[in-house]
Amino acid sequence: MSKSFQVKVMRQEKPSSNKHWETFDITYENGMNMTTVLQRIAAAPVTTDHQTTTPVAFDACCLEEVCGACTMVINGRVRQACSALVDKLLDESAGVIELRPMTKFPVVRDLTVNRRAMFDTLKKVKAWVHVDGYHDVGPGPRVSPKQQDTAYPLSRCMTCGCCVEACPQFSDKTSFIGPAAISQAMLFNAHPTGSNDRDDRLAVLTSVGGIADCGNSQNCVKVCPKEIPLTDSIAQAGRDTTFYKLRQWFGR
Amino acid sequence: MAKQQVVVIGGGLAGLAATMQLAESGVHVTLISMVPVKRSHSVCAQGGINSVNTLTRQQGDTEWKHLDDTVYGGDFLQHQPPVKEMCEWAPRIINLLDRIGVPFNRTPEGLRDQRRFGGTLYKRTAFAGATTGQQMLYALDEQVRRWEAEGMVEKLEYWEFLGPVLDGNGHCRGVVAQDMFSMEMRALRADAVVLATGGCGLVFGRSTNSLICTGGAAGRVYRAGAKYANGEFIQVHPTAIPGTDKLRLMSESARGEGGRVWVPRKPQDNRDPMSIPAAERYYFLEERYPAYGNLVPRDIATREIFDVCVTQDLSVEPGRMCVYLDVTELPGATQKKLDGILEIYEKFQGVDPRHTPMKIFPAVHYSMGGLWVDYERDGNSGGLNLGSPRNQHSNVPGLFVIGEADYQYHGGNRLGANSLLSCVFSGLIVAPTLENWLKSLPRGSAEDQSATLFDGAIDSHKQRMDQLINNQGDENPYKLHTELGDCMTRQVTVVRNNKDLRLAVETIEKIEQRYQHVHLSDRSNWTNQNFSFTRALGDMIVLARVIAKGALLRDECRGVHFKPEFAIPAPQADDPETLRAEARRWCEAFREKNEEWLKSTISRHTADGPDISYEPVDTGLINPRPRTYGLKGAEMIDEVWREMDKGNAAGAAVAESESKT
Ligand SMILES: Cc1cc2nc3c(=O)[nH]c(=O)nc-3n(C[C@H](O)[C@H](O)[C@H](O)COP(=O)(O)OP(=O)(O)OC[C@H]3O[C@@H](n4cnc5c(N)ncnc54)[C@H](O)[C@@H]3O)c2cc1C
Ligand code: SF4
Ligand code: SF4
Ligand code: FES
Repeated sequence: MSKSFQVKVMRQEKPSSNKHWETFDITYENGMNMTTVLQRIAAAPVTTDHQTTTPVAFDACCLEEVCGACTMVINGRVRQACSALVDKLLDESAGVIELRPMTKFPVVRDLTVNRRAMFDTLKKVKAWVHVDGYHDVGPGPRVSPKQQDTAYPLSRCMTCGCCVEACPQFSDKTSFIGPAAISQAMLFNAHPTGSNDRDDRLAVLTSVGGIADCGNSQNCVKVCPKEIPLTDSIAQAGRDTTFYKLRQWFGR
Repeated sequence: MAKQQVVVIGGGLAGLAATMQLAESGVHVTLISMVPVKRSHSVCAQGGINSVNTLTRQQGDTEWKHLDDTVYGGDFLQHQPPVKEMCEWAPRIINLLDRIGVPFNRTPEGLRDQRRFGGTLYKRTAFAGATTGQQMLYALDEQVRRWEAEGMVEKLEYWEFLGPVLDGNGHCRGVVAQDMFSMEMRALRADAVVLATGGCGLVFGRSTNSLICTGGAAGRVYRAGAKYANGEFIQVHPTAIPGTDKLRLMSESARGEGGRVWVPRKPQDNRDPMSIPAAERYYFLEERYPAYGNLVPRDIATREIFDVCVTQDLSVEPGRMCVYLDVTELPGATQKKLDGILEIYEKFQGVDPRHTPMKIFPAVHYSMGGLWVDYERDGNSGGLNLGSPRNQHSNVPGLFVIGEADYQYHGGNRLGANSLLSCVFSGLIVAPTLENWLKSLPRGSAEDQSATLFDGAIDSHKQRMDQLINNQGDENPYKLHTELGDCMTRQVTVVRNNKDLRLAVETIEKIEQRYQHVHLSDRSNWTNQNFSFTRALGDMIVLARVIAKGALLRDECRGVHFKPEFAIPAPQADDPETLRAEARRWCEAFREKNEEWLKSTISRHTADGPDISYEPVDTGLINPRPRTYGLKGAEMIDEVWREMDKGNAAGAAVAESESKT
């Protein structure tokens, strides 16, 4: 007989509906990950107690942990469903795997949440390099391998939301922009051309919802799937904003 | 004059490049995407992007050689002027990406580093760690976010494109799109619509592509009358990690560093691979190609792995086709070089490939074919007449196509790291094209169209939705998709023959009939992913028919389209005299084959399925020549061909003078 295990999913039909649990029996397959599990449920949405239900709504795209879409809370930990392997999850909690949506964003349906707020913070901190135009003016600035080594890890942030989910200071009730946006601000402040907007970014970081809201609990850095040194970025932002404020006080 | 509106559908590299360039030119853009654009499939690209550069130039590289490699690699099936223009733009495109912050790898001096990819002798490929596509997409996403902040771009994310709105003249006047959360439908008026919706890997079930690469959008405009070209040209990558949900790419460098491919001689031998003695292992690439071993070119590796599993039934696993790619014997230092890619395997398979052979299998990877687009050749340069409203323009007036969704740049086979280039290039050049198109709109603007046109379009999509949601039947869309994928993968990928292709065409037609009885398990009107997928399945079936029929009708071998029944038999003789005669016959057969088959497949939708015709290919810059890699007598064939081709030396003369500049 084939091996099976259970998946317990927190369901919610609409933003206005109540949350409730449904449990599914899943036939084990070699090398199975959680996006596969959700696809199997979609193909045969019948619960453990033989109730026919609807497929579980969830976000996923790349299926290789580079797009950030499939973030959810799995066995109590926020992570990507596509890189969450059933074998490992069953080691954590024998026989049953639990899926919940992230809690820091409005639930749209089931495991799908709306992370628009995160993209809005990127706008706030001007997370871009403002160039003169797209016409041909030769190569960009020279960048040493050392600078590249610092920039590249920060640049891998996929706006997945793990860090803000784990951050005690971030919620849809507070205005804290969160660690990902702070780190992006540092990325662009370090870019030779991006640094032209440096003070604008620091102004955002020193205002309401900025760096002062960070309680330094360091939860964020522990859950980032891309191992982005968020606390280094936060420390850097702390130093830079201090100097920025001094400069403001002394009229530059 | 009414305010002119442009809708771009798709925010991968192509759609974002177009959007930022349009915004800079002062054209307001509405950008529609099924996923937040930052999550588009382009993030998956790892390897890099090609261009001639300072280093390669010093080794004699030129834009002309990049063009030559691209059309040679593509087996001469692409029109050459757009490719020429693209290769000329490539260095400028890399510079632009560099300026907007793509963290390309650096040399100690701070210059951009480059690596070598398949199909060329030069180190043309710029790269950013192991995530070049992601880094490029982010840089463009950031630019577009800036324009969004400035009010030049409006994004509709989590919106799905359902179809174009065509007026009585078949002129595109806008689109119908649907909010994927609330399921609200809206018609957007547009004077120009740019489709940048990527590839269609999901037609083959699982592939290296992302979950949303269904080709749904392309299928929808195809059904509305747009021509689809060269659909049968689907690239298969030899080494991917078979997963239950996706086939994840395993880079060629594993073999480059000494990885060996094998299967147990005993079918489905279920012993631990490490305990299987060498004598009971079949190193089939090494045995069959003693000279090249595991480093045979991509298409040959793919064919052989396929043959071992499908024809000889020697797959490692019974239920799932795969062979071993073994790096366990490599010294630690060599394994270390492969850390980046070995970690991907470990992450998704939960097995350490340093101690256990990896299980890999070829996977559908890229669609060279796509929606047909026009171009205007510049008489002087031989490249494009930039700004011409014909560039990237589909046969539906007002509908433009860019990126992987178009058929323009890769012919019969795409070179590694050329796709990111064609995506950004087509995105950038569509902007001046649109500016000119908007200046001289034939038959007035979208604003002047009557509301009934748009209301009617919404109504018909609503009707179709109701019909599908309330459909009575017992076909499960996900299972139907698996069946479609199995059929396409088994019969329409690597080694093709007409018997199987006929079978595939019949199977797809049956699947299409069964689709009429598809049953939705979710009938709600809120974030109904079941519905969205099932609707896209309908489009996948339509594209599957295009791909299979195109493959059935094309009786030759070209690029990735490999039909052994029609292969020109390779010379066999050892004695030079006979070999020369055989090579001559080979070349004559090659010439005849080109006279018959060097043409684009053009598919048009009809109620009875695809109607296929052909169009000539513009090979005016570089004369087609045989690809003889791995053939016996290759050198002789090349020599004979050069002699035969002398009569037709016009192209060659241009080539020479160009390559000197
Ligand atoms: C694993 C992998 C590795 C690769 N590596 C390389 C490499 O190293 N170098 C290289 O040159 N190429 C590489 N390629 C190929 C390259 O990545 C793709 O061809 C390219 O990214 C396609 O870009 P695009 O802009 O055309 O489409 P995509 O990036 O696929 O974007 C499509 C967009 O359209 C939207 N969309 C689709 N359908 C709809 C709809 N119905 N309604 C609304 N929006 C819709 C999506 O939301 C998305 O925004 C690789 C491909 C894969 C799979
Ligand atoms: S360190 Fe700051 S940003 Fe990170 S989790 Fe703690 S409070 Fe949040
Ligand atoms: S910083 Fe890390 S955890 Fe936070 S959004 Fe970016 S990738 Fe996700
Ligand atoms: S699907 Fe992209 S990160 Fe999981």
